[in-house]
Amino acid sequence: MAKTILDFEKPIYELEAKLEEMRKLSDNLDIDKEIVKIEEKVKQLKEGIYRDLTRWQRVQLARHPERPFTLDYIYNMTENFIELHGDRLFRDDKAIVGGFVQLGDYKVMVIGHQKGRDTKTNLYRNFGMSNPEGYRKALRFMKLAEKFNKPVITMIDTPGAFPGLEAEERGQAEAIAKNLFEMSRLRVPIIVTIIGEGASGGALGIGVGDRILMLENCWYSVISPESCSSILWRSWDYKEQAAEALKLTAPDLLEQKLIDRIIPEPLGGAHKNHQEAAGILKAVLLEELAQLTKIKPEKLIEGRLEKFGKMGAFIE
Amino acid sequence: MAWFKRSKENISPDTQKIELPDGLWEKCPECSEIIHKKQLEVNLWTCAKCGYHFRIGSHEYIKILIDKGSFRELDKKMRSADPLQFTDTKKYTDRIDETILKLNLFDAVKTGTGKLNGLSIAFGCMDFKFIGGSMGSVVGEKVARLVDKAYKSKIPLIIVSSSGGARMMEGAFSLMQMAKTSARLARLAQAKIPYISVLTDPTTGGTTASYAMLGDFHIAEPKALIGFAGPRVIKQTIGKDLPAGFQRSEFLLEHGFVDIISPRKELKSTIYNLITLVS
Ligand SMILES: [Zn+2]
Repeated sequence: MAKTILDFEKPIYELEAKLEEMRKLSDNLDIDKEIVKIEEKVKQLKEGIYRDLTRWQRVQLARHPERPFTLDYIYNMTENFIELHGDRLFRDDKAIVGGFVQLGDYKVMVIGHQKGRDTKTNLYRNFGMSNPEGYRKALRFMKLAEKFNKPVITMIDTPGAFPGLEAEERGQAEAIAKNLFEMSRLRVPIIVTIIGEGASGGALGIGVGDRILMLENCWYSVISPESCSSILWRSWDYKEQAAEALKLTAPDLLEQKLIDRIIPEPLGGAHKNHQEAAGILKAVLLEELAQLTKIKPEKLIEGRLEKFGKMGAFIE
Repeated sequence: MAWFKRSKENISPDTQKIELPDGLWEKCPECSEIIHKKQLEVNLWTCAKCGYHFRIGSHEYIKILIDKGSFRELDKKMRSADPLQFTDTKKYTDRIDETILKLNLFDAVKTGTGKLNGLSIAFGCMDFKFIGGSMGSVVGEKVARLVDKAYKSKIPLIIVSSSGGARMMEGAFSLMQMAKTSARLARLAQAKIPYISVLTDPTTGGTTASYAMLGDFHIAEPKALIGFAGPRVIKQTIGKDLPAGFQRSEFLLEHGFVDIISPRKELKSTIYNLITLVS
């Protein structure tokens, strides 16, 4: 598929193209020194641009169509993935995937939202927007993990729970609520990672856990900047302001103490190097698993209650 | 979680009260009957002619459900701290200050303990008129503490919901209140203490997707709007008109998400009977 280049990425791609050209010429010309110089310049440019990203630019990166999705992480960091299907009640929701895998020395259950990469796969995945059966499928997998005493790893990447007619008929709200309820008392460790978009209840529906991790270029909030703009500003044109106001990036959430840890991405974003992104995430997950698997179920549950109990800001 | 849109829609003249000249009369939005306010109160804010349930708040529900003089409020003055320093067309702190002054409520839920036909209960009731009954940190914390009160005192929990969803001016803080309250309810359930969720018009968004849908018993008032996404968003998504009665109490009962539809007049006795049958 065609490369998607975001506005603020353009100078980088231009310079990289130039670099590529020079490399081709370097066989005949003695320009190695100049190439080194430009390489350095590309690196500096990247560092500068990605350090100073606005919140809206991070939202765009979080939605980058070439960004690794749940299945990419699964294929790049685990072995023996056996995908499981269905909620045993209605059908198999393609917007949520999961199954048991081998992650390093650990056998774990991985569950995540799954987007598509083009129109066809996006229709198949419903753009990563789950119906109630998706949340119920996720819960069934979590219960399986609990039964076989395996940790659960969830990956959040959704523009929201699907706001459809049938979703309401089948109890979208109940499905999400039930997951929050059950995840808070699941007797195995749960590590949640936001890998892309974390939109509202649809994200939180697989988002209760012992550790909440967030990749560098993600967003997580109660509403998307666009919807927030349309409601509070009565226009779709204030998405940049809404993104700023919502303080929805990983650094924001860390400061708000709503997440535990930011996971760095390869320079330029996770879409630049899926393997490297997965490698970084894998190392962090293994580190967290080493700690969490030592904790008794009762302590885990107590800790989870306390963790989410502390979230909030009010004056008494 | 578009409470704002909906709240605007819902206070449009044809769906909400119309003040008649001397302010003592209200017109039923359903059948246009003109009702004296005293009569309305005697009828528990329902229309005697057609049964329409007017939207009411915590003040009225305490009168309806709690034995006279027995309500003891908890965390009365807890108020929002504006963790994001949020500003849209207005500063969030100004919005909060103005609403508190106007309504004499500190946030969108009132919590406390009281007696229901002599039974001790933990009772919470939301106020839709406070920024669309939206759930931010204050609502989440007060509900969580109310659940704890029920847990520690071993008394049944009753929460009357009416909410447009999470409060977006508190961003991810609002979202986490769903997890906070649900986790506390899980502990309450473990202790086998009954929780009755009463759903009133309207209950949508993050409130429905957390404590409002986690009751042992779900009681809805007739024809209340109950759902996750708002009807307008769904209509936009599917590009079709929504069927009559969609997302109303009767629809939810048919689809298996509500146990009982109880007219306001029977609400207290229904709750009382349920509690006594399971204690
Ligand atoms: Zn009437």
